[in-house]
Amino acid sequence: MMAETPAPSFYEEERVRFLLDRFREAGLDHISNDEVNNGIGFLPGPEGAPTVAVAAHLDTIFDSSVSHALSLEANRVKGVGIGDNSLGAAVLASLPHILEALDIQLNMNVLFLGVTRSLGRGNLGGIRFLLDNAQQKIDQAICLEGAPFGRLNFTSLAMMRGEIRVEVPDEYDFSRFGVNGAIVHLNDVMNRMLEIPRPSRPQTSVVFGSLLGGTTFHELARTANLRFEVRSEDDDVVDMIEERIGLIIEEVAARSGVDLFFDKISYRRQGGIGFEHPLVQTCRGVMKDLNIEPKIGPSMSELAAFIAHDIPAVTLGLTKGHKVNTFEEEVEIDPIFDGVAQVIGVLLKLSEQSGELK
Amino acid sequence: MIIDDWLETNSFHHSEFWDLKKLVADKEKQNLKISLCIPTLNEEKTIGKEIVIFKSELMTRYPLIDEIAVVDSGSKDKTLEIAESFGADTYFSGDILKDEGFKRGKGENLWKAIHQLTGDIIVYVDADITNIHPRFVTGLVAPLIYQPETKYVKAFYDRPLAFSQGIRPSGGGRVTEILTRPLFSLFFPELTALMQPLSGEYAVRREVLHEIAFPIGYGVEISHLIDVYTKWGLYAFAQTDLDKRVHRNQATRDLGKMAFGILQAFLNRTEQLDMIEVKSEVSKILRQFQVNGTQIEQNEITIVEEERPPMITVDAYREKFGL
Repeated sequence: MMAETPAPSFYEEERVRFLLDRFREAGLDHISNDEVNNGIGFLPGPEGAPTVAVAAHLDTIFDSSVSHALSLEANRVKGVGIGDNSLGAAVLASLPHILEALDIQLNMNVLFLGVTRSLGRGNLGGIRFLLDNAQQKIDQAICLEGAPFGRLNFTSLAMMRGEIRVEVPDEYDFSRFGVNGAIVHLNDVMNRMLEIPRPSRPQTSVVFGSLLGGTTFHELARTANLRFEVRSEDDDVVDMIEERIGLIIEEVAARSGVDLFFDKISYRRQGGIGFEHPLVQTCRGVMKDLNIEPKIGPSMSELAAFIAHDIPAVTLGLTKGHKVNTFEEEVEIDPIFDGVAQVIGVLLKLSEQSGELK
Repeated sequence: MIIDDWLETNSFHHSEFWDLKKLVADKEKQNLKISLCIPTLNEEKTIGKEIVIFKSELMTRYPLIDEIAVVDSGSKDKTLEIAESFGADTYFSGDILKDEGFKRGKGENLWKAIHQLTGDIIVYVDADITNIHPRFVTGLVAPLIYQPETKYVKAFYDRPLAFSQGIRPSGGGRVTEILTRPLFSLFFPELTALMQPLSGEYAVRREVLHEIAFPIGYGVEISHLIDVYTKWGLYAFAQTDLDKRVHRNQATRDLGKMAFGILQAFLNRTEQLDMIEVKSEVSKILRQFQVNGTQIEQNEITIVEEERPPMITVDAYREKFGL
């Protein structure tokens, strides 16, 4: 039901309402939604106990006009957004009920956060707003993502996502600049971007994720649009590449006479906790007990926002996902049981260590 | 203006029944048992989700339904396997009341379910709904729980092709608007108030279900309406707006078959009620035509609306329920 409620970034209202209804049914405290519509519920522990946040982003990359109907097979759930991150949101909504059904009393507070505006232009807007304005101190955090199974992230890469748009003006003088449409000029920009040196250490990459341009076979393209991402283990490298891209755009615009626009969509700063951090070791221990093979790597999710606020955090994956972020997205059902068990297990372990969490 | 009064008191929107805690409490106070029946034939694509949603929301979270049963006409796909894996009771219609034989048809499954299921209320929900939601059950059961005089609750849906003002068309399907509503207007004007008389989702009290006959094919819904109306009147009915229902769209040719079956059942009923007299034997063959190149081809489809008697007349049923 969570997954069938569309929640494109900035338009998550219905999903938040559904989440808050579930929190209400579970009897959580301080159920509310804030100015950017994050859905919040609080499970209090003993007085003075530390607070662990469990967060899942509610938004998906799919527009409301796309059918969100799910289909179910013996071991698969298929539907848009199911892996990223409707499953995470659904588990977040169910966790308070599961804790109650298992009669688990935690020696800490748990702050359940359904965060909005995470993806694309949302740029982690929900979690950033919440952490910038939080009245409740958060000591540690667990972020939930539908997939992949065994995901264990505790570092965040430096990242910048941008969009470059080329527009050929109506009064463009083709006789002066040559018969080139927007696609050719954008191609020029892309070639130059690939010439920017990318060090192998710190590891750095430039990804061209989406390219759109023109309308038909025989008309010169009037517009072209590139979406790309730069990521690196070093903030300075990302900043350097961003600066170089800015210069390339200025140069191509000056030489070609077309209009070029650069829009910085989102960014993350590099950071994280060490492999030896007790939170990471706790997660690894629980995963080992459940025979879950940890897949360690950096993350671009809410983790980055927690890290930026010096809150130790991890991201955990709940099941095996396939074709994530496509119209054929699907997740496997059986691993979800272990995926949820690992979250409960980590909460129980943190509860045992509650004296050391602050 | 009985229709206006009835629409005022017996037409609902599912959102009026949002308080499931109260609904369950009222159900328990009346000591009612509710069974959900999903008739199937090759529905492997949608059946799993229906079972999961109804079981998790209306059995585990809110104990409104006491049993979920899939009654199948002989699927060749994995319908029963999937339904069973998600926790439904599954039955092949032919295995229920074996002495009565087996006929292939949705009405047969609905009729057999009366014997097999144990609820005081049986809710029938089709298996081909892709946007399934608990409201498909709660919206139908609630009027029976809250209004003791209500016996039979029908679903209706929005079909917003396009409308810009506050008024929507009645929302019937093509067969409803072209065949059923004109027939009702001629013979049973009060029944025109039912927005979608042919919808496959309804909840009914057992004491009504076992008193009415069941055509096994397309005519089951229209026969029910006429039988319940003539026995108990318009106020035995209620209807609930369940918003959108997304399902397979049927080809016009298939709707022709459906209309043929419905018309047969309607003629049977009106003749039994002495409202019309059919002086000669009517044909059971539907003739449809198609052009293949320059040839006109004729398809002859035999559609016989066989009928099962009221369940109360079956000995094994009376014995099982001590009647």
